[in-house]
Amino acid sequence: MNEVTRQFRDFFVSLKLTIVLLALSIILIFAATVDQVNLGIWAVQQKYFHSLFVLWRVGDIPVPVFPGGYLIGGFLLINLISAQVYRFKLSAKKSGIWLTHVGLIILLIGELLTGLWQEEFALRLDEGQSKNYSESYRFNELAVTETTDAAFDDVVVIPEKILARGEAIQHAKLPFRIVPKLYYPNATIPENDSKAPTPSHATKGIGLQVGVVPLPLTYKQDERNLPAAYVELVGADGLIGTWLVYANPGMPPQRFEYAGRSWKIALRYERNYKPFSLTLLKFSNDRYAGTAIPKNYSSRIRLNTPEGRDDREVLIYMNNPLRYAGLTFYQASFDGPKTTILQVVRNPSWQMPYIACTLMTLGLLIQFGIHLVAFIARRRKIAAVAA
Amino acid sequence: MKKFIPLVVLVLGALYLVGKFLPARPASSFNFVGFGELPVLLNGRLKPIDTVARSSLLQFQGRQRVGDAAESAPQTESPAEWMTNVFFSSAKADTYPVFRIDSPDLLTLMGITEDDAKVRYTSSAKQFFAVLGFLPSSRSRFSYEKISSKIPELERQAKLARPVEAAVRTPFQHAVIQLYGSLVQYQQLKHTLAPPTSDDFLGELLSFQKLLPTGVAAVRAKSTGQPHDAELAKATIELGQRYLFMSEVTNILAVPPATEVTDDTAWMTTGQSLLGSFQRGTVDPSVLAFAGLSYAWRQNQPEQFNKIIDLYSAQVGKRFGKQMQKTHAEVRFNAAEPFYASMTLYVAAFLLAIFSWLKWPEPLARSAFYLVALAWLATTVGIATRMWLEGRPPVTNLYSSALFIGWGSVGLCLILEAIYKNAIGSVAAGLTGFATLLIAHHLSLSGDTLEMMQAVLDSNFWLATHVVIVSTGYAATFLAGFLAIIYILRGSLTRSLDKATADSLARMVYGIVCFATLFSFVGTVLGGIWADQSWGRFWGWDPKENGALIIVLWNALILHARWGGLIKARGLMALAIFGNIVTSWSWFGTNMLGVGLHSYGFTAAAFTALSIFIASQLILIALALRPLNKWRSFQTA
Repeated sequence: MNEVTRQFRDFFVSLKLTIVLLALSIILIFAATVDQVNLGIWAVQQKYFHSLFVLWRVGDIPVPVFPGGYLIGGFLLINLISAQVYRFKLSAKKSGIWLTHVGLIILLIGELLTGLWQEEFALRLDEGQSKNYSESYRFNELAVTETTDAAFDDVVVIPEKILARGEAIQHAKLPFRIVPKLYYPNATIPENDSKAPTPSHATKGIGLQVGVVPLPLTYKQDERNLPAAYVELVGADGLIGTWLVYANPGMPPQRFEYAGRSWKIALRYERNYKPFSLTLLKFSNDRYAGTAIPKNYSSRIRLNTPEGRDDREVLIYMNNPLRYAGLTFYQASFDGPKTTILQVVRNPSWQMPYIACTLMTLGLLIQFGIHLVAFIARRRKIAAVAA
Repeated sequence: MKKFIPLVVLVLGALYLVGKFLPARPASSFNFVGFGELPVLLNGRLKPIDTVARSSLLQFQGRQRVGDAAESAPQTESPAEWMTNVFFSSAKADTYPVFRIDSPDLLTLMGITEDDAKVRYTSSAKQFFAVLGFLPSSRSRFSYEKISSKIPELERQAKLARPVEAAVRTPFQHAVIQLYGSLVQYQQLKHTLAPPTSDDFLGELLSFQKLLPTGVAAVRAKSTGQPHDAELAKATIELGQRYLFMSEVTNILAVPPATEVTDDTAWMTTGQSLLGSFQRGTVDPSVLAFAGLSYAWRQNQPEQFNKIIDLYSAQVGKRFGKQMQKTHAEVRFNAAEPFYASMTLYVAAFLLAIFSWLKWPEPLARSAFYLVALAWLATTVGIATRMWLEGRPPVTNLYSSALFIGWGSVGLCLILEAIYKNAIGSVAAGLTGFATLLIAHHLSLSGDTLEMMQAVLDSNFWLATHVVIVSTGYAATFLAGFLAIIYILRGSLTRSLDKATADSLARMVYGIVCFATLFSFVGTVLGGIWADQSWGRFWGWDPKENGALIIVLWNALILHARWGGLIKARGLMALAIFGNIVTSWSWFGTNMLGVGLHSYGFTAAAFTALSIFIASQLILIALALRPLNKWRSFQTA
């Protein structure tokens, strides 16, 4: 090993690096926690934890000001593994430290995978309603559906990200181009006090009656951004019309006819389809007597797959989610007495924290147990000497 | 002689506690204890009127005693007596000074002049102490009567302040909203058992009962346009409106469900029950009992009053006997005030332990140890009683977390003291025990501390494991910090820190940090598992989760720095004190952000307290960082 490699190795093995990294992670987590007030929990995770650097915008240039979660976590991982390889010999006395550190390595990798793979959706069901999809909490999509054949719908969806670029979109299944004209990441339909309608750029559909105004982006945990756009549909023989699309669920899809076929267009919450469907049979919301404090919410759900392999009733309530097909459905919220809102989470690496934490707990118990035994032995010796 | 000091202290301490737990001899011929034991349903829980009285007084004025600063005797024997007046003779109740106003701007708004607020002591000794500042020279509690003329203006100010978000309200706006809230609650209390405007509620009810059949018929006839007695219909409608108002103004459900109603939770307000009388044709016997109590109280007939209480209590007990066992126990628990009693004992133990470093080390240290043990026993009984009343594990809200963290940290101190016998454990116990109970007292000012659990937290298994273990981790981290403070203060300001004591302190802090690491880590992990079991995600970066994680990381940092030889005893102490800052932020600071799953309970005053605490810890760390030759204990010359 030459001098440079040795120095390199010593740097990564050193305990000083561990301490610096621990201190940096404490500062990072503290800053991220405080910033939740401004950014909300999701944006904070992207900015602080799922990033190499925390960036501050100076003018238009993002300047890295602090190492992000991936960088600190990555260094901690290298530090741990190299310390494990070069510093610790596996022995009974060090077994506690070994287990703790191996557990921590698994925990860090697990957290990285969770950051990469975990997805969260909401599933909103009214009593009696069936759905085979859940909806994203943050993302939206423009859906153009051909409804000519009553037997099935042919859907083309365009993610909001592409819509936001403002470039014309051509899709093989559509006999027209979609040209986003105006796009607002968050918008509202203003209340009409003055009876003067908000100006609209639409020439077809609902946009003839209402217009939207842009809103600043919201980061509050209980609010979501509702984007709106004016989109032009351009056929082979020229402009078909301009529609106002708005991601507010209160806005129904707008139907139109073109080239002898029936269509509908809507900006909606991004959907995630599943190979099974859920039907809400009954939603219950108990409150403590004489108060508005919720005691328990529960949703009785019928779960069935199209081929009929699964067809059963399940009860989802607080602290008792449904796990099915790699997804977890939990009782997140409700809207009125007959509408349940379930959160749907996919996290393929969900077992890793369990393994990691078992190892670490065991490791700490062994390590501190060794300390405690040594301490008691020493006290005994002192007592014996004194006597 | 010195040998007996510990025994004498032990006996005195035990007698003090026994005196607290024994029922007090009533001074009045009215059975206020029995009245306080009567159950009402409020905020989802069947609780004794005594608890309603105490938590209302704490909310209104920050203490349970009713009295004026100029008089040494309280104006009512107990909170229950005050409550009796509020329920049955509101004119008298309006004269009690139970509304606390501190803000000078709000005092002006409520028309209180400096002259009104000035306390005039009659005895010259008291005047002397007031000049020295040992007694208040101006009062901060005022009666409803005193401020009632300015309530419309207060209401206007409250309307202006309410749309402002809590975090950005000015102190004046906070004070306005607080006082207005208290006054609204006072109105609710007044309408609980009888209408405050009625001079003879019993007479009113008896004639109402007589009028019911014909009166209801007259109203029916009127609404269908048939001939009817117009006078009678008008009187009936007026009564209906009166009871409707009563039913809407209060949220205290005082009337138990009628025998034919099977739902045990279907309690009603007195107003609701009276409205129901229009359909049933009779007045509920419970409401008649309240009216009877009101009559006996106003006519000053204690025998009648006490008899009605016994009859009513027996009647309710037929159906709610089991619950009433709990309400009775709760009244006894309220009167014993085990946590306030422990506070006194902790202070005494702290002082004794400090003195033991100066003189008579062995007997005084032992006395302090006994007092700590007694106080800890009293808090154990208190916490156990709360658990039994609630049917829950010990920690369910911020208040109970303060109780439990204090309990856990004093428990560890007892172990340390049993091993080392150098009074350090007792000093730390006195300090942490007193401080956590003081915090708990301030948290109790926002209302009844036995709250119902929000649905999301309703899981006894996870409350018993995650919450208890993580709270123990908090307790241990605090304890390490407080032991470090003892090291720094004794070492740098006194000559009393000899090598043996310094070494044993260093070993204690190290041991406690290990313990804290284990418990905060396991507790945090269990929280993650709860989250995964309930919501399908192990970690959500919620503020409280992050706070717990920071504690784990900080403890890990201390241990690594120690193992790597980067710090010695002094560095260990400085880092352990910083652990106090980390833990206090995690405990309270995260709740102040007002975001996330765990954002229960926020107080603006707590922010100031937290800032002061953090500043004090930084000063102590600065003290720790001075070179050793500046420390008095380590100066060789």
